[in-house]
Amino acid sequence: MSATQSRVNDFVLKIATVNGTGSASANGMLMKALFRMGIPVAGKNMFPSNIQGLPTWYEIRANRDGYMSRAGRVDIMVAMNAQTYKKDLAEVSPGGFLVYDSTWPRERDLKRDDITVLGVPLSKLCNEHFSVARLRILMKNVAYVGAVAALLDIDLDIVRTLLEESFAAKPKLVEGNLQAIMLGYDYARENFTCPLPVRAEAMNGNAGQILIDGNAAIGLGCVYAGATVGAWYPITPSTSVMDAFTHYCEVFRHDPETGEKRYCIVQAEDELAAAGIVLGANWVGARAFTPTSGPGISLMSEFIGFAYYAEIPSVFVDIQRVGPSTGMPTRTQQCDVMLCAYASHGDTRHPMLFPANPAECFDLSVKAFDLAERLQTPVFLLSDLDIGMNDWRVPELSWDNSYRPDRGKVLGPADLDKMEKFVRYTDTDGDGITYRTLPGEDPRGAYFVRGSGHNSKGVYTEDAVEYQEVMERLLVKWDTAKKLVPPAVISRAKKPTRLGIVAYGSSDGAVVEARDKLMAQGIPTNYLRLRGFPFGAEVLDFLHQHDTVFVVEQNRDGQMKSLLKLETNNVADKLVSILHFNGLPIPAACVVDGISQHLASEVAA
Amino acid sequence: MTYIAKPKINLPGQKRNALGLLQRDYEGSLSTLCAGCGHDSITAALVQALWELAIAPEKLVKLSGIGCSSKTPAYFVSGAHGFNSVHGRMPSVATGAHAGNRDLICIGVSGDGDSLSIGFGQFGHAIRRNLNMLYLIENNGVYGLTKGQFSASADPGSTARKGAANQMQSINPVATAIAMGASFVGRSFSGDRDQLVALIKAGIAHPGCALLDVISPCVTFNDHVGSTKSYAYTREHKHEATATDYVPLASEITTQYAAGEVVSVQLHDGSHIVLKKADADFDPTKRSSALRYIEKHRDRGEIPTGLLFIDEHWPEMHAIAGTAKRPLKEFAFEELNPGREALERLQRSMR
Repeated sequence: MSATQSRVNDFVLKIATVNGTGSASANGMLMKALFRMGIPVAGKNMFPSNIQGLPTWYEIRANRDGYMSRAGRVDIMVAMNAQTYKKDLAEVSPGGFLVYDSTWPRERDLKRDDITVLGVPLSKLCNEHFSVARLRILMKNVAYVGAVAALLDIDLDIVRTLLEESFAAKPKLVEGNLQAIMLGYDYARENFTCPLPVRAEAMNGNAGQILIDGNAAIGLGCVYAGATVGAWYPITPSTSVMDAFTHYCEVFRHDPETGEKRYCIVQAEDELAAAGIVLGANWVGARAFTPTSGPGISLMSEFIGFAYYAEIPSVFVDIQRVGPSTGMPTRTQQCDVMLCAYASHGDTRHPMLFPANPAECFDLSVKAFDLAERLQTPVFLLSDLDIGMNDWRVPELSWDNSYRPDRGKVLGPADLDKMEKFVRYTDTDGDGITYRTLPGEDPRGAYFVRGSGHNSKGVYTEDAVEYQEVMERLLVKWDTAKKLVPPAVISRAKKPTRLGIVAYGSSDGAVVEARDKLMAQGIPTNYLRLRGFPFGAEVLDFLHQHDTVFVVEQNRDGQMKSLLKLETNNVADKLVSILHFNGLPIPAACVVDGISQHLASEVAA
Repeated sequence: MTYIAKPKINLPGQKRNALGLLQRDYEGSLSTLCAGCGHDSITAALVQALWELAIAPEKLVKLSGIGCSSKTPAYFVSGAHGFNSVHGRMPSVATGAHAGNRDLICIGVSGDGDSLSIGFGQFGHAIRRNLNMLYLIENNGVYGLTKGQFSASADPGSTARKGAANQMQSINPVATAIAMGASFVGRSFSGDRDQLVALIKAGIAHPGCALLDVISPCVTFNDHVGSTKSYAYTREHKHEATATDYVPLASEITTQYAAGEVVSVQLHDGSHIVLKKADADFDPTKRSSALRYIEKHRDRGEIPTGLLFIDEHWPEMHAIAGTAKRPLKEFAFEELNPGREALERLQRSMR
């Protein structure tokens, strides 16, 4: 789309600020105001590993068609950070606009003729209006909300209502904030032609939608799943999962009369301990989980393998990020697929779930507990920083009150009454899943949990035949898991095609948008979105139905492509990786370009 | 090595406890440790203590890490669930078990390698969160299963079987635990059954993390002249700082002691731990006094035993967290799930 065309409800607003200056609430206000105007929006944080002082960006994509992946374009840049001004200026797309605080001059040599630069003396306006020093600094970030509202034609009544809601507890603050907003708003109206050709217009695109981040949805999902024990060690970007679980437990799980808590959250000494706590709690029959990220999974790996062999239900939430160690932990990736699939020593394989957005984070959190208890094994919920820490517009979460958790094969005293003798690891149903008992209930159900050294009766063994028997039975259970994990979602083109796309998790938005763009170019594609591992029959069928299957993912080494090769037959030649791994969420252009280039190279060859 | 079921032998005249159970009902499978291993004496003390306390087997969980010590949960109370976890990580599994079901009586059996090296962090943090459990370290100063390497509790100058002397400082679990804020710290010797049984009972009754360091000689790798964890050395150098008695709520304190030599600690359930002190200047309810006492005797080359420190008021994990009195695993799903209407209400703020 050329620069001169108007972009009504189709633009990217990016705000560059300094970490720790209160800009998050200002940005949230802009995001929510657009949402309330009925315009589909997606907000993405690009933040440093820092508490105060380093650059941070917030990117809002408004799109009337509901495309919510990162656009890879900037139509309006609000450049509040002098430190990054040069870079921010360069990032504006041709024909775009840049708003900056013109109180202080910017470097003269930084000029662009193909964009419009709008100076608003935000600091000056605030310094003149507010007498308290701290207010002057804070209000500068509120004032740009006003300037942007004028430039984009954002409804001021909505902004005012949002202010009243966010300061419901401190109504005195509403007036000051509103004054700051009006400073920016009035200045923009007086000095520029408002609105810009890039602007917002009320529409009805958000009926039945909410704004939520994936980590909040997982915390809420764990409450709804009936999890009572949460163990964790703080690690970005998973920390807000436990923050949310704690918050929703405080809301929903305090006994109204006694104030007693129907949950127990343990901040462990490290991720190893968090894993041990999850195993211990699930062993005694309490639903327990731990949220972590890649480095945490590495540390938990010994316990994960133990849980696989000892068949202890356990839920591991991995909010994937770029690894390892310092530098990029606040950037997103889908880079723990291989790590989680085979985590630990010995022969181990684990079910994984791949939510594509916060709504699925909620649903699949519940599913993870059901699977873990049904299969008596560790289950991984693989989200990522993009889903987990960004603001997503998703369909309202729903709950079926008739849902009851699947606690799997658990025998209580009444069941033991009917049995001659309980044995822990003998498969009597042919599905590879054996019956367990819970500590604290009945001495007849007592058994001893051990790693590799147990036989089908749950008795210590170092016998070759007995060990192998257990291992082969675990393979039967793996086959059962294929039928229990959520099936892939398949979307077919209106025209027949031999081109397939496989993606999962947060890559979904980019693929959905890319398929429409490719279709417009005359390239129809079928799309399979993986939601679970092990792969079900529908995945194998899809792979076999297509000549070329593009596997879109956000890591360097094509981890899901490798997993597909390892776990299926005769597909290796047709799999083509489309990769995005710079730490930013994948844009649709990456998929369009990748597929187009591959097809062009095939023609050339 | 295979599992050996222990024959249940009916002897005439065996006593029954308050639950009507015999002492053999508290036994487990046959030990596969070396003949004469101190750990087996500790197992016997556990059997006796649990029988005397009349703990229902199913109310008990036995947890361990890896090592000779960690095999022992299989050798007592076969009617209790057991969990032989991974090396050094018993305390975290116990934390989870107790988080999910606070009515369980947790006994964790660890070793000096398991708790003072690979699991040093978990050892410290079980103490820090004052997890309501009996945390027993079977301390022999060596790694037995890997054939006799020094452990972190080996004393400087103590020699290995082939003669090499340990040149590093030893980590003293008792002093370390007190310094880290433990609420119950005792030390005993596998060869002193009476003291051990009393300390185990007191430790189980204590509402918090009860750490019991038990010197338990390794007959194969660390019972020679030159070792400071041998039977002979321990017998010669142990110094009973306190004589411990656990008096359940239902019983009266009948023994008479001379004034000043006794500390009687009342637990929340009304039962008592009665300590008869060897020295009048030692106060096991004060951290500084306990540490001073331990270090004074360490200077003399003595190994003080008995209950060395107790703070029965320090809140345990659930008291700190404010968890429901009813075990979390007992809550019905309806009591945990807020339901559809609550979800709808909640989402009004997300628009």
